[in-house]
Formats: sequence, structure tokens, C-alpha cells
Amino acid sequence: MLFTSLPFVLFVAVLVVVYYVFVPHNERWGLLLIASLAFYFFADPKYIIFITVTALTAYVFAILTENYNSKRKAYLKEHKAEWDADTKKRYKTTTTRVTRLLLFFALLISLGILAVTKYTNFVIETINSMRSEPLSFVNVIVPMGISFYTFQTVSYSIDVARGTVKAQRNFWKFLLFVSFFPQLVQGPISRYGDLSQTLYEPKLFDFRGVSYGLLRILWGYFKKLVVADRLVVALKTLTASPDEYKGAFVFVVMMLYAAQLYCDFTGGIDITIGIAQMLGVTVKENFDLPYFSKNIKEYWNRWHITMGTWFTDYIFYPLSVSPTMLKLSKWSRQHLGNEVGKRVTVYISCFCVWLATGIWHGAAWHFVVWGLMNFVVIMASQELEPLYAKFHGKFGFKGRHWYSALEILRTFLLMSSLKLFDCYRNVGLTFRMFGSMFTTFNAGKLFGGALLELGLDRGDYIVASVAIVAVFLVSLYKYIRGVNLRDFLFEKYPLFVLSCVLLFVSIVVFGAYGAGFDAAQFIYNQF
Amino acid sequence: MKKITNSDKLVKFYYVACVVLGVAVAAVAVWYLQKLLVPKYQRGVVEGAMISEYYDSEEPHEVIFLGDCEVYENISTVALYRDYGISSYIRGSAQQLTWHSYYLLEDTLRYETPEVVVFNVLALKYGEPQSESYNRMTLDGMAWSLSKWNAIEASMTGDEHMIDYVFPILRYHSRWNELTQTDFDHVFERDRVTTNGYYMRTDVMPEGEFPAPTPLTDYTLPESSMEYLQRIVDLCRENDIELILIKAPTLYPHWYEQWDEQVRDFADQNGVPYINYIYLRDAIGLDMSTDTYDAGLHLNLSGAEKFADYIGEYLVSHYDLTDYRQVPEVASLWENDILFYDQLRDAQNAELAQYGELQSWGVNAIEN
Repeated sequence: MLFTSLPFVLFVAVLVVVYYVFVPHNERWGLLLIASLAFYFFADPKYIIFITVTALTAYVFAILTENYNSKRKAYLKEHKAEWDADTKKRYKTTTTRVTRLLLFFALLISLGILAVTKYTNFVIETINSMRSEPLSFVNVIVPMGISFYTFQTVSYSIDVARGTVKAQRNFWKFLLFVSFFPQLVQGPISRYGDLSQTLYEPKLFDFRGVSYGLLRILWGYFKKLVVADRLVVALKTLTASPDEYKGAFVFVVMMLYAAQLYCDFTGGIDITIGIAQMLGVTVKENFDLPYFSKNIKEYWNRWHITMGTWFTDYIFYPLSVSPTMLKLSKWSRQHLGNEVGKRVTVYISCFCVWLATGIWHGAAWHFVVWGLMNFVVIMASQELEPLYAKFHGKFGFKGRHWYSALEILRTFLLMSSLKLFDCYRNVGLTFRMFGSMFTTFNAGKLFGGALLELGLDRGDYIVASVAIVAVFLVSLYKYIRGVNLRDFLFEKYPLFVLSCVLLFVSIVVFGAYGAGFDAAQFIYNQF
Repeated sequence: MKKITNSDKLVKFYYVACVVLGVAVAAVAVWYLQKLLVPKYQRGVVEGAMISEYYDSEEPHEVIFLGDCEVYENISTVALYRDYGISSYIRGSAQQLTWHSYYLLEDTLRYETPEVVVFNVLALKYGEPQSESYNRMTLDGMAWSLSKWNAIEASMTGDEHMIDYVFPILRYHSRWNELTQTDFDHVFERDRVTTNGYYMRTDVMPEGEFPAPTPLTDYTLPESSMEYLQRIVDLCRENDIELILIKAPTLYPHWYEQWDEQVRDFADQNGVPYINYIYLRDAIGLDMSTDTYDAGLHLNLSGAEKFADYIGEYLVSHYDLTDYRQVPEVASLWENDILFYDQLRDAQNAELAQYGELQSWGVNAIEN
């Protein structure tokens, strides 16, 4: 059931009605679980096995961990008076090992399933590239949204082990956290601490929430169907024949893909958050005007926020403060000097994070290289920071509107060029195509009718452009005012309703769906 | 518990009113846009407009013709009336399949019960749905009923969905980019394209050479189409309607001898007449150097009037049909049809005189 399919729309509509009309408010979480499992079941009944095993693993190990931690705390309290400091330390060290061992097994099973299903063929492909006799690929199912729900269960297991959240004792409630259908397909990656409260609490009908949710869903479909799925037609043509479309066309690919990916991903998240909101569930925001970022670091704080914070909290920090890293930090400071030494461990942790980010995005080398390119750019901009500061100090541009716009444009172009790895899906080809922008001068072709041979006609370009301008203006409103346009619209409710009507009609008429268009999967479905 | 004040009620009413109004505006907008975006079939390819015209026809019809272009282009309903007083209607459209004809008969029976149904057998060769565009031309014009629903279910090709028939805007929304003046002019009203289902052409293109018939591996007529033919027979029997099976006198697409035998056997078994007019071209008086407009595929007005004259003779001599020329209230309705028919003929002849070919009908009139 694609998010953009009519059965899905009907599924959500029926669910919302049944949810508020027929189910008591304190039992509504149960209906959410049934709906989530039904959604997953209709995608492929086999998926249910994978998600249940992952959920059960995290559930059981979390309870074991919490029980063990409670016991050891009680035991420690009981013997507090009679033990000396050394004995306490020894006890803590030993028991912490047990907790870590439990966590290790929980993560081994969850991440093991992810690794086997998603990365086995990638490993085989990599081995084959180094062997004369190729190994055969294995036929494994990649369950829908496995990366998302695995990361959710991993963060839950770690949080329980750390004692920052309490283990959920009701398996069905926990299964709902793992399988909550709006976010199952493409995130955001929710934390148990954030989602559990809003997921299980009794939900009363909230007119504002339902209105906001509906507008958000329509906005999501508008971005996805009017912009993203329309542009994908031209992008497929451009990237399918790279030899034909070099030079200026690569710049067109950059621009189109930046718009297409943004509208696809944020559109999907809008639908997710909107559905959740209609059901009285608050899901974390995943985007905060990423294309208004002034530097790449800021960009990554605004793009796929829940993934970024996940990697920061569960890879970067634990790695940075691990005993090995602390030892390395000490050693490097002693041997390389304080300035260089303190950077070593940060850079290694950062490298690991970006390597993992690349691999998480897909089982392919272009994703790995894309991740590492991000690492290189971030590190380079960090290293050049003093130079920038000097420059800003000398000329005093910093903070001026035109300079801010220039910084935003620079970051946008930089990030868009990195996204070319995802467009061409081949590392060598991506570098070649990027290089052709500076060696093949064929901009004249663009205005000689070549753009009309990419599968889109004049009308499509006009519709896509108007829609992109609308998306930009809505973002600009938030950027300037600091609040969402929907808050303003809700205060003038007829305008709010009119916006819903306009969006609905625009989607129905101008949406790229049905005959003549492939129903494109959301790009992040694959993760 | 907080007491609900009048002010609260007013606020609630305000929000509910906005929502209701919004839903109404959205529904009206989508309804209008759907009407604007669906193809109108008013120029060039007009076949898609034929089926719906039946519902505007006010006179009773004692003879109903079912079939594809072999009936709606080959039999002049006006000639049948003018020469014999037969009030008839052709429920036909492009590549109308056997199950289309069956459900159109069911649909017709919701409005009237004819004395005679004439079914042209060419479509029996198709056992599977053929193409969406032809499905649409037949099915979009049908009024909604269980018959239409069943017709759609029976006709859909692999890529079609019922929901697109229920809400045609979902299928035709991308036409926003190709709307013509015709679409805007005919949002609510369509021009008439046939005279009681007969599509007129007055131009002439003599019959040419047809490709030799390709030998088939299997000459058995498909089970599904024969099953629907049986259902047509049964439905006629249930409603005391006389059924006649015919094969129109045109030679292409080729009608194989083996198919002819199967239909003849079927007709014998079911006690219904079957007339293959291919063998009666001389008796009809067809001169295919002047009686066809597209090299022999279909008859022009001259040919259609000759064929109607011949078939009309058979109908009045074998069945007890009313001479509606003697029924004033029906005759006055037919006068309007005849007026339209004559005006159409004159308009086509005028164009032929001016340009040597038709500009406002057929392939020259297709809007891009």
C-alpha cells in the first residue's frame, strides 16, 4: 500500500473515523496497533515475522536489563554501609559488564537481522569485484522500513540500559512503538522517550490537531505528487543517458534532484506527521528549512534531523568517550601537540558517523562515498573556520542579508552537488559528470528545446515551477517569521479551509499519478 | 465540568460551517473540473459520444441494433423510418465487444423493451478486453446502473481500475495540458453526433484491395464472447424479444468461413435467424465504388441507406412492427431527427463541394 495510492488514503480515512467514532479514547492505541500491523501485513505478510522478532528481542532484553539493574541497585543499597569503595567499584564494574552483555545480545540480534537482510548482497558484490569466480547472490527479503524500526529498537535498548527510559512491560504497546504505521516507511526515527507518552495516552478528538493534520497531509501530497513525481520523469531521462546529457545538463540534474528529493522526502514526512497528528500522536519534526542553511553543519542539523541526532547520540558520543578513544586522545595530545591531538579522536568519531550514515542510506558504494564526502566537506569547513573568521573580520560582511543569501546559496550548491552520487549511483560516473560541468560548455542546448525532450512538456515545467515557488514561499514565511504559515491560517479559519481546498484540487488535477506516470515509491522507502 | 456557553456554541458552529462549506466548494470544484477534463468526443473521433446520446432519444424504439462500426456506420436509422416507419436505435460504439453489447442491452431494457434486437457478430472474435480507449468510448457514456458496473468489471484491461471509472477525473486529470476550445464549449452540453446511433459520412472512397486473410492456428470463436452471445439470447427470450444475428456486408476485417459456420450452428441451436450480408451485397445493391467512404471498411450514406432499405424489408416482412409514420406523436419526434439528418448531409455535401474532402468530420477534424 503506497502512501500515494488510493487504498492507502481510504485506509487512513476509515481509520480516523473508526478511531474517533467507535473506539473509546483510552483504547485507541489498540486500534493503532491493529492498523499498523494490517498496513505491514498488506505490504507483505512475511514482513510481520521480521518486525515481530526485532520488537520481541528489544522487549525481552530491555526487561531483563531493567530487572537486573533494579536488583543490582537494591543489592548495592543493601550493602552500601558494609562495603568499602573498592568493593563497590568492583561490584559496579562486574554488574555493568552483565548489563552491557545483555545490550550486546539485543543489538546483535536487531542489527544482525538488518545486516543480513540489507547488506548480504552488498558484501557479496564487493567480494565479487575482487574475485575472478563470482559468488552467487542470495535471495533475501528486505522488510519495508527495516532501517527505521531497527534504529528505533536499538535506541530503545540503549536508553533502557542507560536508565534514561523505563522498559515497556506491555508487549503490544511496545510493538506499536516499533510498528506505528505512518512512520514505518520513511521515518522519522522516533525515540521511545518521545513517542511512548503521546502514543499510549488516551486521545480525545482535537479539532485543531485534526485540522492541522489534514492540511499537513495535503501539503505533503502536493509536494510529492505535483513536484517530486513530476520531476522524476526528467531525472530518469537525464541520468539514464549520461553521455548524452553532460555539462550544463548535470547542473540541471543537480537542481532538479535537489527539488525532487526535498519534495519527496519532506512530502513523505509531512504525510507521516499529518496522519499522526490527526490520530492525536505527536511525531518529531525531521526537517527545519534545510535549504536555508548557511553551512553544511547547519544543513545536517536541519535535514533528516532524527537520523542526525541518532548518529550523534548513539555513535558519535559513545565512541568519543570510549576508553580506547580517551587513550588515543591522550596519546595524540602528547605526541602531536594539543591543537592537532584534540582533533584526532573527534575526526575519527566523525569519520565513523559519516561512514555509518552512508551505509545506512543504502547498500552501495556510492552511498559510502557520499557519506565520506560529507565528512571531508565538514572537516574542511571546520578547518577553514579561522580563515573565514579572519575574512569576515576584515571585510565585515558577516550578518549582512546579501552575504547570508550568498552563504545559503553556497551551501545549497555544495549539498546539491554531493547528491549527484545518489543520482548517478556510480562513484566514477558521478565524478566524471561533475567534472563535465567545467569542461563541456553546452548551455546553449538547454534553451534550444532540449529540456522539452526529457519527458516533460512546457505545461509540466510551469506547474512544477509554480509549485516549487509555493513551497519556497511557505518556507520563507517560516524562515522570516519563525512560525509556520498554518498557525496564521488557523487563526483565519476560512483561509485555512480554502488552503485545504486549493491543495486538494491542485493535487487531483496537477498530481503526477495514474496513466502516463509511474506511481513512484518514496525515495526513503528503501531505507 | 466546564459549562458550554452560547459563545462556545457559536464558535463551534463557525468552524463546522467553514468545514462544511469547504467540503462543498471542493466537491463542486472537482465536479466541474471532472466535466471539463473528460474527453468530449465532439470532433474527429466522435465514437465516444454515441452511447450517451441514447438517453436523450425520446421516441420508442422497436428495433435495437447492437454492435460496432459495422452497425453504427452501415445502417441508416432514418432510412428505416422514412421507408418503413421503423423506429430504431443503434447502441453501438467503436470496437464494441460482445459483453459491451450484452450490458448495453440490459441497460436498454431499463428504459424500454424493443420487439427486435439485431446483433452484429463481428465482435465475437474478441475474447479478451482489447484496449482502454475503446472501453472508455463505450462505457463512459453509459448511465450508472448495475449493468454499467458489471460491464466495466468485464471489460477492464490489466492497467485499468474501477475507481477511475467511478471518478473519471482520476483518469483524465492530466488532460489539463491538452484542453481545447471544444472542451470549454461542451462542459455541460454535447452536440449531437449521430441520428439515433447512425454515424453519417457522405464522402466517397472506392473499395480497394484488402490484405489476404492470415491463416489462424485456431478458428474457434472465444468461449467468453460466445458465452455473452448466449446471455444475449437468453435475455431476449426472457423479455419476449426477437433476436437476429447479422454479419454486415463489409469485407474487412476478414470474417472467416469457420467463424461463419460456428455462428450458423449457434443460431440453429438457439432457433434464431443468422444472416450473413456479405453474400447479399449484390441483392442489397451495393456498389462499392460509390457506397463506401474509406475504401470499403465502412459504408457511406449512400451505402447505409441501401443496406437499411434491404434490412428494413426483412424486418417488416418477418415481424409485426408498428409503422410509426402513422403515429403522430412519434412521427413528430422523428421529424426532428430527419431534420438533423438532412442538415448534416447537406453540411457534409457542402464541404465536399468546397474542399473535395470532409474537413469537419473524421480524421481531418481530430483536435490536437
